[in-house]
Amino acid sequence: MEYFVQQLINGITLGSIYGLIAIGYTMVFGIIGMVNFAHGDVFMLSTFIALIVLLLLGSLVTAGGAMIALALLVVLIASMLLTSVWSWAIERIAYRPLRGSFRLAPLISAIGMSIFLMNFVQVVQGPRNKPVPTLIDGGFCIAGQSTPQKTCLIASDGFGINLAYKQIVIVLVTIVLLAAFWYLVQRTSLGRAQRACEQDSKMARLMGIDVDRTVSVTFVMGAALAAVAGLLYMLQYNVVSFSDGFVPGVKAFTAAVLGGIGSLPGAVLGGLIIGLIESLWSAYFSIDYKDVAAFSILAITLIFLPSGLLGKPEVEKV
Amino acid sequence: MATAKGGMEAASDEARDDSLRTVLIDAAKAAALMLALGVPILLLRTDQDMSNRLVLLPRFGLLAYAVVIGWALGLMRHLGARGRIVFAGLVGLAGYAVKMAAGDGDTIGGFRVDLLAPALSSFGILVVGLLCVTALYLAARSVPESTVERTALHVPEAVEIWGPRVGLLLLAAYPLLALMFAGSAGSIKWIDNFGIQIMIYIMLGWGLNIVVGLAGLLDLGYVAFYAVGAYAYALLATSVIPNTIPELGPWAFWICLPIAGILAAMWGVLLGFPVLRLRGDYLAIVTLAFGEIIRLVLINWIDFTNGYAGISGIPRPSFFGFPFNASDEGFAATFGLEFTPLHRTIFLFYVILALALLTNWATVRLRRLPIGRAWEALREDEIACRSLGINTTNTKLTAFAIGAMFGGFAGSFFAARQGFISPESFTFMESAVILAIVVLGGMGSQVGVAIAAVAMIGGTELLRELDWLKTIFGNDFDPTQYRMLLFGLAMVVLMIWKPRGLISTRAPTVYLKERKAVSGDLVKEGHG
Repeated sequence: MEYFVQQLINGITLGSIYGLIAIGYTMVFGIIGMVNFAHGDVFMLSTFIALIVLLLLGSLVTAGGAMIALALLVVLIASMLLTSVWSWAIERIAYRPLRGSFRLAPLISAIGMSIFLMNFVQVVQGPRNKPVPTLIDGGFCIAGQSTPQKTCLIASDGFGINLAYKQIVIVLVTIVLLAAFWYLVQRTSLGRAQRACEQDSKMARLMGIDVDRTVSVTFVMGAALAAVAGLLYMLQYNVVSFSDGFVPGVKAFTAAVLGGIGSLPGAVLGGLIIGLIESLWSAYFSIDYKDVAAFSILAITLIFLPSGLLGKPEVEKV
Repeated sequence: MATAKGGMEAASDEARDDSLRTVLIDAAKAAALMLALGVPILLLRTDQDMSNRLVLLPRFGLLAYAVVIGWALGLMRHLGARGRIVFAGLVGLAGYAVKMAAGDGDTIGGFRVDLLAPALSSFGILVVGLLCVTALYLAARSVPESTVERTALHVPEAVEIWGPRVGLLLLAAYPLLALMFAGSAGSIKWIDNFGIQIMIYIMLGWGLNIVVGLAGLLDLGYVAFYAVGAYAYALLATSVIPNTIPELGPWAFWICLPIAGILAAMWGVLLGFPVLRLRGDYLAIVTLAFGEIIRLVLINWIDFTNGYAGISGIPRPSFFGFPFNASDEGFAATFGLEFTPLHRTIFLFYVILALALLTNWATVRLRRLPIGRAWEALREDEIACRSLGINTTNTKLTAFAIGAMFGGFAGSFFAARQGFISPESFTFMESAVILAIVVLGGMGSQVGVAIAAVAMIGGTELLRELDWLKTIFGNDFDPTQYRMLLFGLAMVVLMIWKPRGLISTRAPTVYLKERKAVSGDLVKEGHG
C-alpha cells in the first residue's frame, strides 16, 4: 500500500511535467492541424537555457533559503522568455512559409527543425550530460520509521512514503501556471482569438482576427509552458542532455493524444495518466519496458479511441 | 496554380519597400533576433571544470559572428535572386579573407577569440562585420536584376528520356570510375562509404515511396522493417544455419535474403492491420510508435538479440558460393586474380545496385497493374475509392507489405555488408531520414527520390572528407560534427524552397491521346 502511494506521488510529479509539454502539442495541433515535431527539442533547449541562467545566478543559489526561491523565480521567467523567442523564431522561419502548402511539408520541416535543434545544442553546448546541482533538498516523511533526523507523520515499518519538497514545488508550480494559462485562454481577448482560429481560421480572419499573430502567440505560449516543464524536469532529474528532447516529447504527445488532441484539460489529464502508468509500470513490471508501455498506449489509443478521452470526435465530410 | 503563385510573388515584389531605411530596420530586427536567440545558448557554454562542477565559458566572438550573420540574412531578404548570389559570394569571400588575415589564434568552436579582452575584441568583430556586410549589400544592390519573368523550368523531352538511362550507366560504371580516379587503395572508401551507402538509401527511399508516395500512407516507422530484415539475416546466418545445415554456409546470404523479405512483409501486414482506419498525421505517429517499440524490444530482449551489444560476426555474402577470402576456394583464387578486399566491396555494390533496381522495376510495373492504380486512387480519395468498390483494406495492406519487403531486403543487405548490427542503427532518425528523402525528392517520383538520396546522403558523407575546411575554421573545427546539423537545416530549407519536393510533376500512367504532365500541386499525397 505504502509502495503504491509512493509510486502515485512520483507518477503525479512526472505527469505534471508531461502535461505542461503536452499543452504545446495540443494547442498547435488544434490551431493549425500540425504535429509540431520540434516541440520536444524546444523543451530540451529550455532545460539548457534554465541551466545557464541558473549558473549565472551562481552565488544567489548557494545562499540558501528564500534566495533559492528568488533564484528559481528569476530562472523560470528568464527561461520562459528566452525559450519563447526560440519558438517564435522557429514558427516564423520554418513553419509560416509552409502554411497552406500541402500537409506533409510542415511535418517534414518540423522533423528537420528537430534534428537541427538537437545537433545545434550538441555542437554549441557539448555532447556530455550536464550534472545539475541539487537545489531543493529534503522532504516530508509521510509514513515510515521516525529517526532523530526526520520525523514521520505516521509510524510504520513498511516501505515508507516520502514526499520531497521538490515534488511539492513541481506540482504547485504546475497548478499555478495552468490556472494562469486557463485564465489567459478563457477570459482574455487573446484567448478568444485563439479559440476562434481553432474553430475556423478562415472565418476568424474575416472577423478581423490576425491569424498569423494568433498562431505565433500559440507557439510562444506552448514554448513558455515547455520552459516551465524544462525547469521542473531539471529539478527532478538533476541532469541535462542534448538528447533529452525526443522521448519526453513523444510521451507528451502521447498524453495530448490520449487526452484528446485539441483539448487543454485533456492534455493535462493525459499527462497525469501517462506519468502514473509510467511510474506504476516501472514499479510493478519492468523498468526496461516502461517506454514500450508508453508507446503502446499511444498506438492503442489512436487505434481504438482516435478522438481521445476529452476530445471531440472528428466528423469526416465529403 | 503555378502562374497564379508567380503573379502573386511579382505583385508582392512591387509592393515591397526597398528604401535603405526599411532595409536597415529589417536587418537590425534580424540581428536583434539573432542576439536574443544566441545570448543564452551560444554565448555561454556549460562545461565541467577540474572538480566536475559546471562552469560557464563566455564566447563573445561566436555571438558577434552570429549577430553579423543575422544582419546579413536580414539584408539579403531585400535582394533579388541575382543580388543574393552576388551578396552571398562577396560575404563568403570577405569572411575567408578576414579569417586568413586573423590567422590561427586561440580558437573556440572554430572562431578566433582573443582571450585577453574577449568582450572588447568581439565588439570590434561586431562593428567591423556589420559595416563590411552593409557595404557589400550596397554593392550587391546595384547588380541589375534580370527583367525576364521567371517561368517554370521545362525539362526537354530528351533529358526526360535519356537522363535516367545515363544516370543508370554512370551508376553501373561507378566502381570502375572510382577505381580509375582514386586507385585501388583509395577507392574502397568511395565505393563503400559513398556508393553502397547511397544505394542503400536509394533502395530504402524507393521502398518507402511505395507506401508514402503511391499509396499516400504516411509511415514514420519504416526503419522497423529494415531492422526486421537485418536481424532476420543476422540471426539465421549466425545461429540457425551453422547449427542445422552448415553446408549451406556460403549460400547463407542468398537463402536468407528472400526469407528476410518475407518476414519483413509479414511484419508490414501485422503492423499495418491495426492502423488501417487512421489517416495522415495520426498514422505517422502510430507507425513511429511501432518503430520505437520494435527498437526497444531489440534492446531489451537480450536472450534473443543480445541487446545493446548487438550481433557480430555475421557471415559476409559470397560470390554465389565462392567466399571473398584468400583461401584456395576463395573468389580470387578460383578466378585467378590477386586477392584484395576490393573484390567484395565491388561485388556488394553491384548486389545493392541490383536490389535497388529490382525495387524500382517492381514499383514501375506495379503502378501499371490494377493494384498500383488502386494505390494511387487511394492516395487521391479514399471515400471515392470505397464507393467504386476498391477493397481499401487489401490495398493498404499490400502497400505496407510490399514496401516492408523491400525494407527487409535492404536490411539483410545492410547486415551482410556491416558484419555487425545493433539497435543503434535502427533509431527513429533513420526513419526520418528515409522519409525526408522521399518527400524532398518529390513523392511518387522515382528519379526525384534517387536525386534526393544522392544529395542528402552523399552531401553529409562528403562532409567527412572536407578536411580543407580546417584551414578556414582552424584545427579545432571538425566537419563531421556538423553533419546532422546541416542535414536538419537542409531539410527545412529544401522544404521551404520546394514544398512539393525536387521533382513535383507526375507522369500519368493512364492518358487520353496526349501525355500531359500533372503538376504536383494537383496531387493529394499524404492525405492518407
